[in-house]
Amino acid sequence: MIAHGIVHKYGDNVDTDVIIPARYLNTANHKELASHCMEDIDKEFTSKVNVGDIMVGGANFGCGSSREHAPIAIKESGISVVIAETFARIFYRNAINIGLAILECPEASAKIDAGDDVEVDFDTGIITNHTKTEQYKAQPIPPFIQEIIAKGGLLASIK
Amino acid sequence: MGMTMTQKILAAHAGLESVCAGQLIKARLDMVLGNDITSPVAINEFKKFGFSEVFDKNKISLVMDHFVPNKDIKAAEQTKQCRTFAKTFGIENYFDVGDMGIEHALLPEKGLVGPGDVIIGADSHTCTYGALGAFSTGVGSTDMAAGMATGEAWFKVPSAIKFNLTGKLSDNCSGKDVILYIIGKIGVDGALYKSMEFTGDGMHTLSMDDRLCMANMAIEAGAKNGIFEVDDITIKYYEERMTHPYTVFAADEDAEYDEVIDIDLSAIRPTVACPHLPENTKDASELTDIKIDQCVIGSCTNGRLSDMEIAAKILRGKHIAEGVRCIIIPATQSIYMECIKRGYIEIFINAGCAVSTPTCGPCLGGYMGILAADEVAIATTNRNFVGRMGHVTSKIYLSSPATAAASAIKGYICDPNEL
Repeated sequence: MIAHGIVHKYGDNVDTDVIIPARYLNTANHKELASHCMEDIDKEFTSKVNVGDIMVGGANFGCGSSREHAPIAIKESGISVVIAETFARIFYRNAINIGLAILECPEASAKIDAGDDVEVDFDTGIITNHTKTEQYKAQPIPPFIQEIIAKGGLLASIK
Repeated sequence: MGMTMTQKILAAHAGLESVCAGQLIKARLDMVLGNDITSPVAINEFKKFGFSEVFDKNKISLVMDHFVPNKDIKAAEQTKQCRTFAKTFGIENYFDVGDMGIEHALLPEKGLVGPGDVIIGADSHTCTYGALGAFSTGVGSTDMAAGMATGEAWFKVPSAIKFNLTGKLSDNCSGKDVILYIIGKIGVDGALYKSMEFTGDGMHTLSMDDRLCMANMAIEAGAKNGIFEVDDITIKYYEERMTHPYTVFAADEDAEYDEVIDIDLSAIRPTVACPHLPENTKDASELTDIKIDQCVIGSCTNGRLSDMEIAAKILRGKHIAEGVRCIIIPATQSIYMECIKRGYIEIFINAGCAVSTPTCGPCLGGYMGILAADEVAIATTNRNFVGRMGHVTSKIYLSSPATAAASAIKGYICDPNEL
């Protein structure tokens, strides 16, 4: 599987309150959640994001609340993969459970800039930055988790 | 090699002799928790995949607390969905307006969580129950749905940081000051994916309310769970309200820790976390000219009876500063009732504070105390992220109930010892 798109870049400790503010959690509607995605740190995000685009963050991405609405909002916005130096653990779990691709790669997180044209090969974990003609290698996804993803998410895997 | 306390609980619940850090296991669950925000997403998934029953009607708790009493029509619809689900599937522990409380104050109070349990909750502060010597961690709604269906969850066994507490807290300091101090020291990802195990002579001097407050904020250091050694205080607390048998687990003598951090409780001063991360800590006495617009005393971190007692002691016979709004929220109905009996509510109202029925409301910027642009709040809540309590330019300072109450009187952030 390949993801290819333009990068939206954020810093360290992007918390779930800025990914989707709690004032919008009175709905579980995916489209409505996506319409407020990143609103409190990037007002332009929803108007500039295109299907297939890539989100890059720093350390501890997705920290804070356990709201699954956060990865749902990002996925529904059209983001194909989130790359970060590290992820907060609940966000990491939630992303896998709902089928949002995520990769830990400190080098990519440090070197990729907003607007870069980036391609990700999930089979090899190779991240190619076409803008900077660089390649980075992501941490491989543990086999157990690959299995959940392959089966179409956690509930599909236990059903 | 020996196991940490968390590892021993996980091994027992996975039916294994031993586990080690990094191992992936499937563990049996003693409680699955959701609230009015996270449960609807779980219920939708549960139904979508066609599950026809829950694994155990007694081992699921649904607590309506975030936007309850309903703040608007959409919130009302979400609560209605939870109410219907609870009725349809015969969920025993469903708590709605009138008997609800903030989930992480309510479950320990009702004896629904106890030593040695494995608990997951679709709320990040589910780590609170580690105060009782349980393995308890926050998950998302899909994990909650899977937990309700199967009674199991998968975990990567965490390594641990051991916090060896010594000494005794000084005047006007409480568990909140300790956990803010620790987060300030190790950072918001200082315990990422790990357990924080609290032990040492100093630990035994801490009340259950102090421990619940500290375990509650383990997530703010990125931890998978926070857990306290079980002692007489734990046993007494649980046995007074227990709903099911318990097992005491203790870390092995030769358990391996990533790090051991010594904390001298007597050296900790009233501590405040400045905007916009819980790791931005300072002694309250260092903050000299931070004027506040609002003070919130409550939440799953600090809405317990001892927190109300501390606030009442400071506010008794005083009045909050002009221009300050102070909102006090006892975390459960029984705490609220006890506050009435003890005369705390009268003290709060005479001091110019607003008192509310239990709700998470302002902590997450839901309702009941939203901040306008550029406003400043001191709050006994757990997060001070950008926009958490309202407008994106508003600011939140996190503190203990003593520091918050003293600051409300002064109108500026202050050390409660200065009053």
